[in-house]
Amino acid sequence: MKSAYGSMRRKEDARFVRGLGTFTDDVALPGMLHGAILRSPLAHARIISVDTAAAEAHPKVRAVITGETLERRKLAWMPTLSRDVQAVLATDKVRFQGQEVAFVVAEDAYAARDALELIDVEYEPLPVLADATRALDPDAPLIRDDLAGQRDNHIFDWSAGDQAATDAVFAAADVIVTQDMLYPRSHPAPLETCGIVADLDQVSGKLTLWSTSQAPHAHRTLYALLAGLPEHKIRIISPDIGGGFGNKVPIYPGYLCAVVGSMLTGKPVKWVEDRSENLMSTAFARDYHMHGEIAATRDGRILGLRARVLADHGAFNGSAQPTKFPAGFFHIFTGSYDLRAAYCEVTGVYTNKAPGGVAYSCSFRIAEGVYLVERMVDLLAAELAMDPAELRMQNLIRPEQFPYTGPTGWEYDSGDYPRALRLALDMAGYDALRREQAEKRARGEHMGIGLSFFTEGVGAGPRKHMDILGLSMNDGADLRVHPTGTAVLGISCQTQGQGHETTFAQLVAEELGLSPDDVEVVHGDTDRTPFGLGTYGSRSTPVSGAAAVVAARKVRERARIVAAAMLEAAPDDLEWDGGRWQVRGDPEQGRTIAEIALAAHSGLDLPDGVDGHLDAGTVYNPPNLTYPYGAYICVIDLDPGTGEVLVRRFVAVDDCGVRINPMIVEGQVHGGLADGVGMALMQVITYDTDGNCLGGSFMDYLLPTSLECPSWELGETVTPCPHHPVGAKGVGESATVGSPAAVVNAVMDALRPFGVRHADMPLTPANVWSAMQGRPVRTDLAAS
Amino acid sequence: MQITVTVNGTSYTRDVEARLLLIHFLRDELRLTGSHWGCDTSNCGACVVWLDGTPVKSCTVLAAMADGRQVRTVEGLAAAGQLDPVQRGFAECHGLQCGFCTPGMMMTARWLLDHNPAPTPAEIREALSGQLCRCTGYENIVRSVLWAAALVRGDDPPGPPAVRRLGGSPPAAGPPSPAKPEGAA
Repeated sequence: MKSAYGSMRRKEDARFVRGLGTFTDDVALPGMLHGAILRSPLAHARIISVDTAAAEAHPKVRAVITGETLERRKLAWMPTLSRDVQAVLATDKVRFQGQEVAFVVAEDAYAARDALELIDVEYEPLPVLADATRALDPDAPLIRDDLAGQRDNHIFDWSAGDQAATDAVFAAADVIVTQDMLYPRSHPAPLETCGIVADLDQVSGKLTLWSTSQAPHAHRTLYALLAGLPEHKIRIISPDIGGGFGNKVPIYPGYLCAVVGSMLTGKPVKWVEDRSENLMSTAFARDYHMHGEIAATRDGRILGLRARVLADHGAFNGSAQPTKFPAGFFHIFTGSYDLRAAYCEVTGVYTNKAPGGVAYSCSFRIAEGVYLVERMVDLLAAELAMDPAELRMQNLIRPEQFPYTGPTGWEYDSGDYPRALRLALDMAGYDALRREQAEKRARGEHMGIGLSFFTEGVGAGPRKHMDILGLSMNDGADLRVHPTGTAVLGISCQTQGQGHETTFAQLVAEELGLSPDDVEVVHGDTDRTPFGLGTYGSRSTPVSGAAAVVAARKVRERARIVAAAMLEAAPDDLEWDGGRWQVRGDPEQGRTIAEIALAAHSGLDLPDGVDGHLDAGTVYNPPNLTYPYGAYICVIDLDPGTGEVLVRRFVAVDDCGVRINPMIVEGQVHGGLADGVGMALMQVITYDTDGNCLGGSFMDYLLPTSLECPSWELGETVTPCPHHPVGAKGVGESATVGSPAAVVNAVMDALRPFGVRHADMPLTPANVWSAMQGRPVRTDLAAS
Repeated sequence: MQITVTVNGTSYTRDVEARLLLIHFLRDELRLTGSHWGCDTSNCGACVVWLDGTPVKSCTVLAAMADGRQVRTVEGLAAAGQLDPVQRGFAECHGLQCGFCTPGMMMTARWLLDHNPAPTPAEIREALSGQLCRCTGYENIVRSVLWAAALVRGDDPPGPPAVRRLGGSPPAAGPPSPAKPEGAA
């Protein structure tokens, strides 16, 4: 029986290559109206008045909604995913540039925009806090005066690890290296912006939402809680999604405004944000000001790691991560190394910047942790005059140490780290690259070789430890086998390009001896799929994929009973072989799932207590996270005359356990590597001191094109996950998490002859040039 | 104002506002939603269509400017129910993930192959450099266009990408040969 796993073309591509996908903005309903949002031009200002009379008089305008309108319905504020509140439409003051102030519903999208111009808002400007490092100064402007008892811009203090043990390790160390570094504010910028079509049926009271949502079920529950609607009267359809990357996890004010717009007008209301709205107001990522310290012996044994982080969460704490972890999983920051002790502390603050924080393939802040440790290891290598590959090899967790419990409490499930690093070094031709570098340096040419080794913990998560707003991070799967032996699988997670319709069909097909073509995967519709928390944090395969497999195995076990009845044998006498149940020792006596399915729907006499038909459901509670890892090597050429960096090669060896569809896995890695090049070299959302967002369009927020990306060189090792039903681990964010450090390490490697020790991302030509002149720049803040 | 635009061979006459953008004319007036809108600044290329045989970013072209002219969109790529080699190449080589940039990428790729039947990877990257993809890291898009170019020329398509494997996962089948029937559905 041929395995259903392996590279196969994706089922979803048939519609996409024909231009027949259905994205949210493609939905058009009879009588549909269009919404647009008036946003604040100021970063911090009191609202004196909002005059909507002229807008309401516009002949094509059907409704104008302000904070006051919403306040009457107790909808002016909504809870965030971090148990803060966020203004839906501002009532008291605006707290970041681009904040939502009013919502117009009109007959067409152009008229809605016209009407925004007719709204007159009087603002009283307030002092602006755009510099996170000043947030806790006594004279810093107070941003969240709406919160009772809030006297400053402090959100939380949080720590992990053993402080005393770490101090002791540092006290005894031969060498300590320290470095301040910024992981600057970035934005996932999916090519499709966020949007919604809200349709409240005036008769049945049913609210149907077509929405760019990575988590339709969680959203349904939140809408029920927010709007006071009964949850069974809410249906969320998350159609084709043009990329998510975490940007489409939260509920945004525009969504709620569209719902209210539909309530007020009795018509469907579409709201789709434009690119500037997406970049300026929806969930950003990173913005971590980090201080790292690493301790080691003189001969290169890493002993301990410390980090102190100032986390800029913007004007509302809308960061999306499991409740117990305000800094996400940052505290896995010891990475892939066997250390004696580690300690980190994180302080979160408010600023007059857009809210968000965990929104860009970061695996709940592991991106920041990996960047910190991989920069620190490189700095340590320089201090010890050791090769960074050798230093890493010497300190990687060894294969025999798994399962390995790290100094901050994570239990790494499986790995053979040295094998992955050796493969990467071999693929890159590392020794030859170092020789080439030495020769070039001798004649004044500058290339850099950068390494990173990352480990992630993905697939949140075990319900004992992880929830979001009290909802456990478990996912359901429902599998029905039709009488003729084809199957429908309903899953709770939602593809945004990851190819679930294909991979999940392969998972079920493999368990039941079917062809993937015979398994239809239903997702993205809360009326047709079981509850679960959705797709983010690389959790689809680890959690939802596991649920699909468990459901399929339940079906297979029921099929065994049916097959036994068909063959007049005892179930225990049957064995599953070659995609069918057969009598042990008599392979002639066997039944396929298709044959069994027909019998299960027939008048066949079944044992007492055994239901007819052939279906099963399950909810999967993962026993642990899965721990994918990888070894990356980046080679860059630096033009010392301009500071321009060219990524010449990128070698990426990933181990994500068993690969169900290697073609799709490799595609996920490719995309993440481009993210790494982008973040390292060009992507940044900077603010000026007046709180103006300087990354508000694709003219200013630069993303890598086909010219900045090299032809990726991939390698793989396979170390199965010991607790996932098929040994798979998550992979969707691996390369985004792991690759920025390799690029930055490569640039810093090239800059060593210039005496540069560190410069913050993004390493644009201008920033590299400044660093070469001994004047590294702050990339989070610009002069007004 | 009244305009008449021929889109994928069909003539459409509509009364439109003078300021209406071509992308909105296609999507909202004609309900051809295969072309997407991704930015307002001509940076992303999700809206690329052909205007009189040349790729343009339809978010920065007025519908009125297309009056009396020929527009070709992704919906007009397939001919007589047969997918264009570029469409087949993208499906064969995993040249798309979310599918949002794909129509624009394919329109530019088709134009490239009409003008350069044997492009190098560097020429493909240059041709597509005005368009953004957030999912694929471009590598498989380049492979898709190479695959399509080989099919158009009647050459053997490029083999599967070389991935160095250590360990026990099943070997990748790689993109199948174009001799097989289109079966992505």
